[in-house]
Amino acid sequence: MVGSDGNLAQVRHVILVLSGKGGVGKSTITTELALALRHAGKKVGILDVDLCGPSIPRMLSVGRPDVHQCDSGWVPVYTDAEKSLALMSIGFLLEDPDEAVVWRGPKKTAMIAQFVSDVAWGELDVLLVDTPPGTSDEHLAVLENLKKHKVDGAVLVTTPQAVSTGDVRREITFCKKTGVRILGIIENMSGFVCPHCSECSNIFSKGGGEELAKLTGSVFLGCVPLDPLLSTCIEEGKDFMQSFPDSATFSAISSISQTLLDSLQTA
Amino acid sequence: LYTFPQHSPRHNLLYCPGTESEQAGKTSSCQGCPNQKICASGATKAPDPAIAEIGVKLSTVKHKILVLSGKGGVGKSTFSAHLAHALASDSTKEVALLDVDICGPSIPRIMGLEGEQVHQSGSGWSPVYVDDNLAVMSIGFLLSSPDDAVIWRGPKKNGMIKQFLRDVDWGELDYLIVDTPPGTSDEHLSIVQYLSSTHVDGAVIITTPQEVSLQDVRKEIRFCQKVKLPIIGVVENMSGFVCPTCKNTSQIFPPTTGGAAQMCADLDLPLLGKVPLDPRIARSCDEGKSFLSEVPDSPAAKVYLSIVQSIKDYCSNRVTEEQRSA
Repeated sequence: MVGSDGNLAQVRHVILVLSGKGGVGKSTITTELALALRHAGKKVGILDVDLCGPSIPRMLSVGRPDVHQCDSGWVPVYTDAEKSLALMSIGFLLEDPDEAVVWRGPKKTAMIAQFVSDVAWGELDVLLVDTPPGTSDEHLAVLENLKKHKVDGAVLVTTPQAVSTGDVRREITFCKKTGVRILGIIENMSGFVCPHCSECSNIFSKGGGEELAKLTGSVFLGCVPLDPLLSTCIEEGKDFMQSFPDSATFSAISSISQTLLDSLQTA
Repeated sequence: LYTFPQHSPRHNLLYCPGTESEQAGKTSSCQGCPNQKICASGATKAPDPAIAEIGVKLSTVKHKILVLSGKGGVGKSTFSAHLAHALASDSTKEVALLDVDICGPSIPRIMGLEGEQVHQSGSGWSPVYVDDNLAVMSIGFLLSSPDDAVIWRGPKKNGMIKQFLRDVDWGELDYLIVDTPPGTSDEHLSIVQYLSSTHVDGAVIITTPQEVSLQDVRKEIRFCQKVKLPIIGVVENMSGFVCPTCKNTSQIFPPTTGGAAQMCADLDLPLLGKVPLDPRIARSCDEGKSFLSEVPDSPAAKVYLSIVQSIKDYCSNRVTEEQRSA
C-alpha cells in the first residue's frame, strides 16, 4: 500500500459531480470537463459510480474492454496511449450491456467501496466522480470511502426549470449535511439556438440555475447551451472539445473548467 | 500484499444466483463477493406479511400502471402527471397517482400541490386531492421545507414505499399510476415485490431518442422481463424540436441508433407514440398546470392523448380477456 490513502495517495484533487435530478447532464458535463482539463495538460481520471445507468464508457468511446488487475488493484481503462485520461465504470464489468444491475442498496454500497479503494489510479491531477441522481446509497458510499482522502468539493448540475432546481436544492442540503464543499452550480441545457434561424428557445425554461445559486449562497459557474453537436459527439464517443473549438458551447465549458481549476489551486 | 478474492468481480457478477434466491451467499460464485455475508444471513429472503395486506388493500383498484425508465430526466413524472390528468378528465373515473421517487419527488410541483400536507384518519393516510376524482401521494407532502433532503439508504426507502401502498386510504380506484425514479434498484424491486399479490396491468416505458438513453432503457426492459412485469409500450419523449420562428425541425437528442422505433422493432414492443419537445411543457410543469388544458392544440398534447387512448384500450382489453377466460 502506498501511504494511508492507498490507491488515492497520488490523486491531487477529487471533484464530485452531483445533481439530485436525473437527466440534467451530469455524465455529459463530467466527460466534457475531463476532456477540457486534459486539453489543459492535466492528468484526469473519471470514476463512474452510476451502477444502474453507466453512461461514461460510451461517451468516451472505450467500448467494453477487459479490466485487468495488478499488484495494487484494478487497472483503470485509459482512453489514449499517453494515459492522460483514465476511467473506471461498472459498465466494464458487465458481459452483456443490456443486462440490468438490479441490486439493492447494500450490494451497491459494497461495490462502490471496492471501486473507490481498489482502482490503481496512479498519479492524477483531478479525479472526477460521476454519480447517479438522488441522495442515497451510492452517494453515501462514495463519501464514506473517500473520508480518508480529501474531497475538494462538488459541482452541481441543473437545468433551468423549477422541477430540476427543486431536486438540486435537496442535493445542496445533502452536501451541507455531509460536509462537502460546493464548488459551484452549472446550468445545463440553457437555451437552444436554432441552427437554421439563430432564434433562441428556452426549451427547459430559463434562469433557474443562477437563481438557485443566489438562493443558496453558492458560486454560479455558468450556463451550457443545448447543442445538438454536443449531443451527437456524446452519442458517438467523439471529443467535442477538440472538434468544435469555435462553438459557444466550447467557450462555456472551457470557462467553467478554468474557474474550477482556479478554485482548486486557491483552496 | 494485496489479496485478490477467489473469484474476479466479473465472475461474482456473472454467476450471481440473485440476492433473493435460496442459494444467495452460498454458492462457490459468491466467494469474495462484497455482499456475501448479507446474502448468506438470509436477510434478503424472508417474505413480508405486508405483501398479503397490500393485496387486500388494493383489491379495490381496477388498473395499476407503472411508469418506468431506467434513464433519468426523460419525462417519467411529466408523463405520469398528464396520464393522471387525462384519465381523470372522465369524471366517472377515480384516478390516483403515487410518486415513489423518494429522493427527488417531482409530482407535487407538477400537479400544483406544493406545500400540501398529508392527513391521518382512522382508515389511514389521506392522499391529497387535485380534483374530486384525482388523488396524489408523494413523500414531498411529508417534507416541511423545499430544502429538506431525504438521505435514506435502501431499506428505509423500501419501508416508505410499503407504507404508501398499505397505509394510504386510496378507496375504490379505476386507475392507480405509479411514478418511479430512474434506475433498477430498491424502489423498483420493492414496488414489484409489494404489488406481487395484486395484478399489475403493466409498465409504460419512457425514453428519449438518443442511444445514451436507450442503453439504460434496455436494462429496464430486461428488468421488467426478469420480474415478469408486462410492458404496455414505449413512449419516445423529446422527439425533435420545431423552432417556433422558422418552423424547421432540429434533433436535439439525436436518434443515432434509430431511436425508440428501432429499439421497439428489435425487442418486439409497441411504440405508443413520439412526443415532440415543446417549451410550454416545461413551463406548465413548473407552474403546476396540465399542459393538456393549457395548450390543447399543441402537437405534443395530441400525441399524449393518443398514447393515453392506447393505454386505456390495453387496460380494457385485459379485463375482456379475463372475463373470457373465467
